[in-house]
Amino acid sequence: MTGFPWLTLLIVLPLAGAMAVFAVKESSVRLTALAVAVADLLISLPLWWLFDAASGDMQFVESARWIPSLSINYRLGLDGISLPLVLMTTVLMPLCILISWHSIERRIQSFMAMLLIMESAMIGVFCALDFVLFYVFWEAMLIPMYLLIGIWGGPNRLYAAIKFLLYTLAGSVLLLVAILVLYFQGGHTFDILQLSQGTYSTSLQFWLFLAFFAAFAVKVPMFPFHTWLPDAHVEAPTAGSVILASVLLKMGTYGFLRFSLPMLPDASQLFTPFMVGLSIVAIIYGAYMALAQADLKKLIAYSSVSHMGFVTLGLFMFNIQGIEGAVMQMVNHGITTGGLFLCVGMIYERTHSRQIADNVGLTKPMPRYATFLVIFALSSLGLPGTNSFVGEFMILAGTFLWSKIATACALLGIILAAAYLLWMVQRVAFGVPDPHILPKLRDVNLREMITVVPLVVLIFVIGIFPNPILTRMHPSVEKVIARVFPPAAEHASGMPRMTPFTPSVERITSPTGPTFSQETQVASEGRP
Amino acid sequence: MMTFSSADLFLILPELLIVIAACIILVLDPVLRTSDKDGLVWLSLGTLAVCMGLTASQIQAPATIFSGLVVIDAYGAFWKLLLYFVTGLTILLSHSYLKEERLYFGEYYGFVLLALSGMMVMVSSADLLTLYLGTELMSLSLYVMAGLKRSDPRSLEASAKYFVLGAFSSGFLLYGISLLYGATGSTRLPEIAAAISGRNLDDPLLLFATILLTVGFGFKLAVVPFHMWTPDVYQGAPTSVTAFMAVASKAASFGAFLRVFMEGLGGLKANWSAMFLLLCLATLILGNILALVQTNVKRMLAYSSIAHAGYALIGVVATGHMENSSGIASVLLYLSLYAFMTFGAFAIVAMLRKGGIEGVDIEDFTGLAKRHPVAALLMLIFMVSLAGIPPTAGFIGKLYVFMSAVEAGLPWLAAVALIFAVISAYYYLRLVMVMYMREPSDLSSTSPRMVMSPALSIVLACAVAGVVIFGIYPNPLVNFAMQAVSALK
Repeated sequence: MTGFPWLTLLIVLPLAGAMAVFAVKESSVRLTALAVAVADLLISLPLWWLFDAASGDMQFVESARWIPSLSINYRLGLDGISLPLVLMTTVLMPLCILISWHSIERRIQSFMAMLLIMESAMIGVFCALDFVLFYVFWEAMLIPMYLLIGIWGGPNRLYAAIKFLLYTLAGSVLLLVAILVLYFQGGHTFDILQLSQGTYSTSLQFWLFLAFFAAFAVKVPMFPFHTWLPDAHVEAPTAGSVILASVLLKMGTYGFLRFSLPMLPDASQLFTPFMVGLSIVAIIYGAYMALAQADLKKLIAYSSVSHMGFVTLGLFMFNIQGIEGAVMQMVNHGITTGGLFLCVGMIYERTHSRQIADNVGLTKPMPRYATFLVIFALSSLGLPGTNSFVGEFMILAGTFLWSKIATACALLGIILAAAYLLWMVQRVAFGVPDPHILPKLRDVNLREMITVVPLVVLIFVIGIFPNPILTRMHPSVEKVIARVFPPAAEHASGMPRMTPFTPSVERITSPTGPTFSQETQVASEGRP
Repeated sequence: MMTFSSADLFLILPELLIVIAACIILVLDPVLRTSDKDGLVWLSLGTLAVCMGLTASQIQAPATIFSGLVVIDAYGAFWKLLLYFVTGLTILLSHSYLKEERLYFGEYYGFVLLALSGMMVMVSSADLLTLYLGTELMSLSLYVMAGLKRSDPRSLEASAKYFVLGAFSSGFLLYGISLLYGATGSTRLPEIAAAISGRNLDDPLLLFATILLTVGFGFKLAVVPFHMWTPDVYQGAPTSVTAFMAVASKAASFGAFLRVFMEGLGGLKANWSAMFLLLCLATLILGNILALVQTNVKRMLAYSSIAHAGYALIGVVATGHMENSSGIASVLLYLSLYAFMTFGAFAIVAMLRKGGIEGVDIEDFTGLAKRHPVAALLMLIFMVSLAGIPPTAGFIGKLYVFMSAVEAGLPWLAAVALIFAVISAYYYLRLVMVMYMREPSDLSSTSPRMVMSPALSIVLACAVAGVVIFGIYPNPLVNFAMQAVSALK
């Protein structure tokens, strides 16, 4: 550990940038914001290599007293689960600023300030090791996001903004009560690591799980709490949609993985059938809804519901493939869906319509654009060689260990994803263009190229060589699984197992999930 | 046997100075030319600054004076310092506001200081009759202040309504005091506490005394179902007075109420906390739901202040279920943080002018972000804080109150209160929506504008600094609240 406050720097820099954009000339606001976001990215990149992949512990830990009279501390740290998510956030932010370069004309200073405040809060959520600190970051992003949708959004933005805010706020208030109950039950501490070590009675876990569920399920969003998402996505400006889809949704699944599973292992097992059921409903329902959409953003929004269903499915498998696949899928969904929203944003800037029917036959006038759209769509439907394949495959492999029927149902979602995405691509890329819009269809310019190329590169890099990410998350994920199924208590009576199989370390590293678990096994053998 | 000593007089020097300053203002006002009346503002502010220093020096030196009628302790000092601060802000805000309203009453500042001295007596009295005197001194001054806009029938209605209901509630308070005297043989809080130790509310005399005291204080705290006067009075009174009432009068009433119920009736806390649970729930529910339907910002803030009294009561209820006093400390913290955000919000309402009168409709805030970005941003911060969303002071206040509720084994109460906090977010953010997300329909001369002045800038800067700084680093204030509560017996 270097002792250098990397994470504080990562969080404070965008905040400082948010103030700086008000201090500079209006003409250089965009450049300032971009410089801040790029600087944050450059600070976050070394963490990838400084991170000790062999350790499942928190790294880059910072700790300071914050409100000692209420035993609240300022504690930050990263492990293999949060590291990829933080990097994903820092990679996406410069792209969000670039895509808003010309599309945002009004109150550009406030807009950039909101984006940068969001960045601080999102990084904070993934780094926080104190529960109150986590909650502060978790809630702090509500108002900037509310304003992003409400000020710079589409025609129905007021409704979408307040719906987003009230839904997420209503979900997270119960989280606060749960945090306070844990404080008094877990030895008067808000320390997440310490709370993750505690044992709580089954009935307490039951209620706490429900409270956590309310907060995280709304954020994911899990069926039936997803109705805010299509509204928010459709009305939000492009950058808002990207942040919403790529980062905000991940905070829900991150919450399940960071809090529900390790703190409430018994309740997590108890609720497994329930969670799996909701996940599968989300996968299929989201896909069917996506099939029926005429609006590109709505289509992607419902595809997000479907894809996030895979993530929650993988999380509640409690095996290495499932959880690692879920984390992979969180990152992948961030990259791919972010890319899709960027594509929609570009075409909206040209034709001022998000309707599929208004944007057909783009291959001829905009060949580069069509290429990117096809790549993102193929990645989203999980084509082998792209990133999503890795995550979805691992999740399905993990699910297969638990239930073949569940796997079959989830597979239906993949088939439907192919249907709605390819159908969308067929119409948008290969239809016959409307002659009236042809003059508006300039192909992708350099700035827009820069916004999507990094994501395309990541799609293929992760798709072909996912191991660096998997190696880094492996010890942390093992730690979570060890909490749900303590190796020592393997044969103790305790909770009746809800699962028809008994996962153990041997089982997990055995080559049931063909390619990737072997790779992780190799990686774990390579450890000192 | 009553004995006076000069040492006693020295210890109530802050109260004396405030009263003397008030008298000087009342005497000087008729002889000063209008242009010289700014001097009265400086005199008031200077007195407050001196008193602040004196009271701060008393934190560490508790004393009981005037044969046990008045106590000087950290608990009283906490409230007094808060009250000086709020009074200072009120005077600064009034300086700008009265000019806009063309109200040139020098005695206004005199009444503010007299009300303050009444509040100071309330929070430091150890005897129920001293407390009653303080309450009346505060209330009478406020009745006059509420009616200062003589040309406005609403202001007169507010004053009359406030007076009638205030007198009514004083009656309850006095009746409660006399019954308590009958039951315990004393009006001194320590003696009452000694007399009721071991007894409970099966004693009808004690029961009725407690109920009547609760009703009396319920009016002052504006908790449901004793809140009826609040919206009308808050709406009709001059906005600077409304801000003063919503913050200072509520704080002082809570200060006195907590001292009576903890020091005097602390032995019955398991009994009375059940009663306050009902009041608390009713206040949370009705306050928040009625605020939803308001179109007048002053009325909306009036219901919001009712609802916030409900949140503070959670700490009171929690105290009845636990041994330590962190519940009371959370009330102190909550009200001091509430002071910043509520005062800030009222200050902006006061200075939003629409063709010579106040713009108090929610519609008047339309597009404020375009015309006055700074004012809109400040209002945004106050509203977010009132809704209890981090990282603002409002969140810290709620966090501590809910912590004490959970500690007391009432997580369901915290959950209910939080659900109503979500409802409150709707009406607070509706104002944000109007300011930021609607375009002003016309920019003619009748459209509302903010009147900025240096004094108002100071008020807003103080309020927003409190909201932001205590939202991020509340530790000193939390410690002070804990220290203040530990002084309660």
